[in-house]
Amino acid sequence: MEIRPILASLRKHRIPTVLIVLEIALTCAVLCNAVFMIGQRVSAIRLPNAIDEHSLSTVGLSGTDEKTAGSDIPRNLAALRGIPGVQAAGAVSTLPLSHNNWGWSFGTSPDVSVFNKKTVNFSLFFLGEGADKALGLRLLEGRFFNADDYADSSFGSAPLPETHVTLVTHSIAERMWPGQSALGKTYYTTSHYYTVVGVIADVLRPNIDGQGEASNYFSAFYPMSAEGSKGNLRRYVLRSAPGDRDRVMRAAEQKLIELNPNGVTKSAIYSDMRDQYFADMRSMAWMLVLVCVVMLAVTAFGIVGLTSFWVGQRRQQIGIRRAVGASRGHIMQYFQTENFLLSGAGVVLGVAMAYGINLYLMQHYEITRMPWYYLPVSAVALWGLGQLAVLGPALRAANVPPVVATRSA
Amino acid sequence: MFGYYLDLALRSLKRNKVLTVLMVLAIAVGIGASMTTLTVMHLLSGDPLPGRSQHLFYPQVDPSSSPSQKQPFDVMDYRSAVDLWSAHRADRQALVAHATLKLRSPETNQPPLMAKTLATTSDFFPMFNVPFQYGSGWSADDDARNTRVVVISDDLNRKLFGGANSVGRTLQLKDSDVRIVGVLAPWRPSPVFYDVAGGRFSNGDTANFYGKPEDVYLPFGAGQDINPNSFEMFTCWGDDDGKHQQTSPCVWVALWVELDSATKASDYTSFLASYVAQQKSLGRFVHADDSRLMGLMQWLDFNRVVPSDVRLQMWLAFAFLAICLFNTVGLLLAKFLRRAGEIGVRRALGATRSAVFAQCLVEAGLIGVLGGIGGWLLTMLGLWLIRRQPVEYADLAHLDVAMFLSTFALAVVVSLLAGALPALRASRIAPALQLKTL
Repeated sequence: MEIRPILASLRKHRIPTVLIVLEIALTCAVLCNAVFMIGQRVSAIRLPNAIDEHSLSTVGLSGTDEKTAGSDIPRNLAALRGIPGVQAAGAVSTLPLSHNNWGWSFGTSPDVSVFNKKTVNFSLFFLGEGADKALGLRLLEGRFFNADDYADSSFGSAPLPETHVTLVTHSIAERMWPGQSALGKTYYTTSHYYTVVGVIADVLRPNIDGQGEASNYFSAFYPMSAEGSKGNLRRYVLRSAPGDRDRVMRAAEQKLIELNPNGVTKSAIYSDMRDQYFADMRSMAWMLVLVCVVMLAVTAFGIVGLTSFWVGQRRQQIGIRRAVGASRGHIMQYFQTENFLLSGAGVVLGVAMAYGINLYLMQHYEITRMPWYYLPVSAVALWGLGQLAVLGPALRAANVPPVVATRSA
Repeated sequence: MFGYYLDLALRSLKRNKVLTVLMVLAIAVGIGASMTTLTVMHLLSGDPLPGRSQHLFYPQVDPSSSPSQKQPFDVMDYRSAVDLWSAHRADRQALVAHATLKLRSPETNQPPLMAKTLATTSDFFPMFNVPFQYGSGWSADDDARNTRVVVISDDLNRKLFGGANSVGRTLQLKDSDVRIVGVLAPWRPSPVFYDVAGGRFSNGDTANFYGKPEDVYLPFGAGQDINPNSFEMFTCWGDDDGKHQQTSPCVWVALWVELDSATKASDYTSFLASYVAQQKSLGRFVHADDSRLMGLMQWLDFNRVVPSDVRLQMWLAFAFLAICLFNTVGLLLAKFLRRAGEIGVRRALGATRSAVFAQCLVEAGLIGVLGGIGGWLLTMLGLWLIRRQPVEYADLAHLDVAMFLSTFALAVVVSLLAGALPALRASRIAPALQLKTL
């Protein structure tokens, strides 16, 4: 295919050419970044979480007297375990993705302070007896807490539990002691230290930053006795068959209100809680999808419109070419090649812009570097879109009969 | 002449309906997307207290003993906040601390609930222009005597008392009886500016600053009596024993001051500096150069209150509008130049270049007005969609008059901008060349 006549004709229509190239470039740049942002959100929404998400329901109980927790919590749990369909029940301080975060920074050597830059921030989860089973935590190494661990743990005057045993997630183990077994290792903060007795599969923190990094899984677990919990075991977790969750949850809420007339309850099915956590991310992702689709449609129609005009303008020339021997295929090829060149220029410019926009967003927004493969993929997508858009007008051009050449415009 | 051009424009638009619809739709979609996001941006980044915000200031001091702090904490420790408040060196001053307390209404048969509670001082209501439905705030005397009174929100009043005048009724807050002295009218500051703190740690996810304000307001001292040592902490710089919140190494009280003139503001800055210096000489503070007095709007900026999702959406929408603009320019140009013959005839018959230019612009403007109407409808649809989103500011999304007018202004400006270049090209057409080919 001869390119020179195409370039010559584009040179004659310099302004529309520049405009369509700019339009394609901008579409390509926005598309890359929008698809990247959609991808980030989708991967955040899908983050795995090693608790038994689909069997859990939860009832929070607040407003009760902290002083009688030692007898109240076991009584409440016994009642909850008596509900038909409940496979396990336990009391916890917080749940993954519940927004209720208790963070603290720890280091691997005894000479640490909260302000030390080398410390790592964990989310603290306190488990009442049996809560490990209720949550369905998955042990990778070591052991869960035993009855003595639970009995020995309480809150004193510090905002940290008075115990020396802890369970950490695989991600914490990797971060604190890379390449080693975390079992038996100790981590420290100013006045407290904790020794790892077990490593569990990755459990999400109550709040995540949506960046999909290992820090989303910096969750540490501590045993907690009912009497020493000082109001920190306020959330009851129930495990049941997925089909029973709703009924179990309502029965549990009813039971807790009966047993604690002063309390205020708030219940949720865990998978709803997770959906709720990601609801705004999901809606942002859908909005981005909508913008991409409409944007691609506008660009495609722009190409259709402009090419149609050029076809209309060149009817006579097309007729002449046909009269002197060009086939329909030749005419179609002409417009397709023309579009290929235009899209090519737009895409090259667009990829550069996409990269620039990503750099800008990295500086000013909470966005990470875009992986390189987004660029060629969007480039190919826009090329394809251009070819698709030009098909209609090109077919119409190919259908111009040679006899047009003999008529005046 | 304008009427004639309008008639010509209509004829031209009718001649190629598909193209006209395409151009109008492109502009409408671009305008709809931009105006939706711009309206949200306008609602979220606006001044929550127009006319008063320039008089409101947020003092900060640094009580921490750690060496690595470069700036003060976002809120204050009890001692500093109460010292500065009781000095009464500003025109008005209000302390602010948060708790979620169990609330019961013994007089109505409602189940107990957990109520977001704000412990504050009497100046809070006049200082922030808080509207009252019934009753009023409490007095400075109530602050001093820790009187157990509360002001409740309109929402809570509807929930408990069906919206009736509940002034004088008694509620049980945690374990204490409190008397209602005031009921607020519906009040929805955007953002809840007096609660803003810690925005720089939230990774751009600041939508929670736009939630609903608290349901219960009570005197700061009474709050200390009713809910001792259990107010929400912002952070601690040392080990806290959990028993003596007022002397703990923790920050959890915010102070707002009203300073009605620039002189007073600079006086207050020096007062703050002298207070910090005095505390340092007493050995309570380590850092004397970390105090700060920001204005309300400055404080909101510092906390980057507008969620980064909202800002990103706005930029995205404007990039989208630019794409639609390029599209329209290209199509208009092709369209005008295709009429070269017609324009050549007009020019040969005596029309000036500016007349041709004006004619083309009228056509572009007409597309703009049509696109503006479409854009307005799409903006309404967009805002309706946002109201259904699971975000805290969803219920705020409405089109006000200013934004309604801007929609059309933007549409016409955009299409005139899009029309200018094609019209210029069309007006430059040499008549002789066109007439020759006729």
